[in-house]
Amino acid sequence: MKVEQISIFIENKSGRLAEVAATLGDAGVNIRALSLADTSDFGILRLIVNDRDKAMQTLKAKGFTVSKTEVVAVEVPDQPGGLSAILQVLDRESINVEYMYAFVERCGDNAVIIFRFDETEKAISALGSKGFHILQGESLYGM
Amino acid sequence: MASYFHEEFETLPRQALEALQLKRLCDVLQRVYAAVPFYRGALDKAGIKPSDVKSLQDLQRLPFTTKQDMRDSYPYALFAAPMDEIVRIHASSGTTGKPTVVGYTRKDIENWAELMARTLVTAGVHKGDIIHNAYGYGLFTGGLGVHNGAERLGASVIPISGGNTVRQLMIMQDFGSSVLTCTPSYSLFMAEEAKAAGIDFRTLKLRIGIFGAEPWSDAMRSEIEEKLDLTALDIYGLSEIMGPGVAMECIEGKNGLHIWEDHFIPEIIDPDTGERLGEGERGELVITTITKQGIPLIRYRTRDITSLNYEQCVCGRTHVRLARMSGRSDDMLIIRGVNVFPSQIESILVRIEGVEPHYLLIIDRRENLDTLEVQVEVDERIFSDEIKVLQSLARRIEKEIKDVLGVTCTVKLVEPKTIQRSEGKSKRVIDNRKL
Repeated sequence: MKVEQISIFIENKSGRLAEVAATLGDAGVNIRALSLADTSDFGILRLIVNDRDKAMQTLKAKGFTVSKTEVVAVEVPDQPGGLSAILQVLDRESINVEYMYAFVERCGDNAVIIFRFDETEKAISALGSKGFHILQGESLYGM
Repeated sequence: MASYFHEEFETLPRQALEALQLKRLCDVLQRVYAAVPFYRGALDKAGIKPSDVKSLQDLQRLPFTTKQDMRDSYPYALFAAPMDEIVRIHASSGTTGKPTVVGYTRKDIENWAELMARTLVTAGVHKGDIIHNAYGYGLFTGGLGVHNGAERLGASVIPISGGNTVRQLMIMQDFGSSVLTCTPSYSLFMAEEAKAAGIDFRTLKLRIGIFGAEPWSDAMRSEIEEKLDLTALDIYGLSEIMGPGVAMECIEGKNGLHIWEDHFIPEIIDPDTGERLGEGERGELVITTITKQGIPLIRYRTRDITSLNYEQCVCGRTHVRLARMSGRSDDMLIIRGVNVFPSQIESILVRIEGVEPHYLLIIDRRENLDTLEVQVEVDERIFSDEIKVLQSLARRIEKEIKDVLGVTCTVKLVEPKTIQRSEGKSKRVIDNRKL
């Protein structure tokens, strides 16, 4: 039920993001979704890719600090109030969203949102019991 | 005509001065040999009895005492007087977590006050002066050392200590301070703050600035003298030896610091071989304290680089002059007057779980204040996909360094391998200060 995301530590200096993109491009890795969180000194680039192992391997070989994190991909009706419905469920269960970002592709008529929760399992069961569709990793990587 | 505090001692002809030194050296050797197991052991190992020392030349045969020896003796094992005779304890930062501890008997405190009073007079200070003492008060010897000397002299002392510059300026202005004692960089910081507050130093009563506790240069002296409209003089001291007042530049000569030879015997050695160097040769300063009771030190390696000048000084004092300190023979840094060893920061990083000590210290001087940036490489053990986790790690390191070393720094997290490695070892320090 979970999706593997890779996170990359990036210093705030010119060319670093381009270096990551070029490394992945050269290795034939396709980026499915991404988000960049930044501070004045550094940033964290989070990616969902089609080939995690290859992405990790090539980035590490280039000297980047990379880690794998489990996140949750939830289908959201692509209409006003779609996101709000999910967040209300989480709020009632007191589950914190550490961060979230939207998936590039749509899944049928629905949008896909990637969540990082403080309590992943609890979030999955809470959302599942309310009828939200949690996407499998494999279906995303190749989307 | 210069004025003196102890004219007889300050102008003692060299021969008489050396005779006094030898007498006092023999006395201190007897005392430490009898009372301090460390010295008894060191002298026995070197095959020397205190009674074997018959001339000042024989001093060269004695083993050195190092900061490491003081650390190994933490806290009191080097004290030569019983604890019930120790009336004051000070400490300075050591190379790792534990400080270097010094104890003073009542007589030591009196001698310190006398020497500090002598130091103030050498700088042209006299009874009637109002001394604005911005050296820190506390375990650091700076504040209390100057304070006691000022009172001994009979000058008025304002124990303002460090910090709160706006208030300092107000007090300096309103109280009519005529002498300023602080680090040279802080004096320039004050000048900037004064400018911002619309205070013109030329309207203040300040005549003399006595600056020390960190390295500075003649270029900086010119800048300070121009900006603060006073005569800026160099003072030298270190807590291991006594505190401030070990050596002082005279206002008449302004060329080298007289080290008080009736209490301290200076030598210059080659820091690599330990061999004594000749007059005028640059090397590491080694000091033997010959009157101290609490914690006398024999041939203490100060790690400060200087040279000795025995030429007659225009002020009439016969005590040898130290050249302005030009560096260190170890890796100690002085940041805003605080002694910092890279190894101290390394041990803090190791202690904070998971941080591999690939770090770089970048020291700079911005608006006349030293800044310290600690760059830490982020590897997989400390990396997190959450910003707040990494930020709190950086804040924790900053807090630890502040708590342990007393120095404010900013921690910057950097990518692995961004810190240059030479022959497998990282270059740990980049000092961009131009003194």
